[in-house]
Amino acid sequence: MNKIQVETSINGESVEFLCEPQQTLLDVLREELSRTGTKEGCATGDCGACSVLLDDRLVCACLVLGAEAQGKEVTTIEGIATEEGLHPLQQKFLEHAALQCGICTPGLIVASKALLDKNPDPDEETIRYWLAGNLCRCTGYDKIIRAVQDAAQELAHPA
Amino acid sequence: MAGYAYVAPSSLDEAVALLSEHAGQGKRVQILAGGTDLLVQMRSVDNSPRTIVDIKQIAETNRLDIGARETFIGAAIASAVLNENADLKALFPGLLESADLIGSAQIQGRASMGGNLCNASPAGDTIPPMIVNAGICVIAGSAGTRELAVQDFVTGVGTNVLKDGEILLGLKFPNPAPRTADAYLRFIPRTEMDIAVAGAAVCLTLADDGTCTAARVAIGAVATTVLLVAAAADALIGTKVDDTALAAAATACSEASTPITDKRGTVKFRRKVVGVLCKRAAAIARDRASS
Repeated sequence: MNKIQVETSINGESVEFLCEPQQTLLDVLREELSRTGTKEGCATGDCGACSVLLDDRLVCACLVLGAEAQGKEVTTIEGIATEEGLHPLQQKFLEHAALQCGICTPGLIVASKALLDKNPDPDEETIRYWLAGNLCRCTGYDKIIRAVQDAAQELAHPA
Repeated sequence: MAGYAYVAPSSLDEAVALLSEHAGQGKRVQILAGGTDLLVQMRSVDNSPRTIVDIKQIAETNRLDIGARETFIGAAIASAVLNENADLKALFPGLLESADLIGSAQIQGRASMGGNLCNASPAGDTIPPMIVNAGICVIAGSAGTRELAVQDFVTGVGTNVLKDGEILLGLKFPNPAPRTADAYLRFIPRTEMDIAVAGAAVCLTLADDGTCTAARVAIGAVATTVLLVAAAADALIGTKVDDTALAAAATACSEASTPITDKRGTVKFRRKVVGVLCKRAAAIARDRASS
């Protein structure tokens, strides 16, 4: 087996790891780097639980090889909160009870952040279509949408 | 025992040399662009070891060039990147919409049109619009570059004309003439994230008085490959793309289709729906070309 040495940046921190050629970024994050915030839901790119940002682009980590992270910036759920505290999205998810078991939540927060970074004032339809790649078994989605809308408001007009 | 390997050549020459070397040694290679089909297939269909050749570091597969007469879309460019290009969307709205329909925002962050074509699913959404826009495949290999019309590229379910040692560099499209526009529609049972049950793409040109002077109609997910339906185009040419012409084009599409019955739909349903989609796509293309 030829292990590959990868130099990357995860949540702003330089990281080096070794991985098998066929290992996905999801495997690497969870198994090699113990960053278990990113979840595996399907391993086929359908559920979005493994959503991360790769050079600010929203992707499924299960569809990216660990080797492809070379030289790139990876943002995971662990990088969403700052030293000041929770990101407004995280705060609003809590306030709106937009999670129950929480397995979809890291992916939804990352996906929602990718949306608001790109489009700070999305309408409801835009939010729903953007989050179509993130499945939730528990909440029925509505509270998630309200949380994202509220977070967008908060970001646009900080209290 | 050979296991998996991963290589990301930084130039086309390097990539071609690598592919040729592997071909010569009978070693299995797999070209990787976005990975949204490949990684899934590697886990669920065939996980046998191979050398994965990542073509995303090559300049040519990432090149997007809207020229005066033609546009080149590199095979590795992600749909999300293409759909952020307003000029490209204005030139080829149907083609760009088809890329935008595939999967989710996450998928579009990686998936490429080139990969969609090479994967050669009968339901590949970007293929019908590529064909109606007279797309040309630019293929590189050790013998140099060759070109081939998109409608000749896919040979069957999951198979294409690429030989060992060859890479699809990208797709070339003639820029649309004045009063020319395309459209693509597909039917899926849910709202997002599905595979097309039937799809139809139309590109047409209108004269100043609204008469259609040129048309191409392609239908997807209703045969082993996308079909270019000359009879549907003929039903539109010379008409004002009115309801009668649209109905005739729809019938031609239904008749040309050879769908299967599977979990997504029956033969009867798909034949009917592909006609309906053709009608609607032709109307959209007509309205776009008029505006």
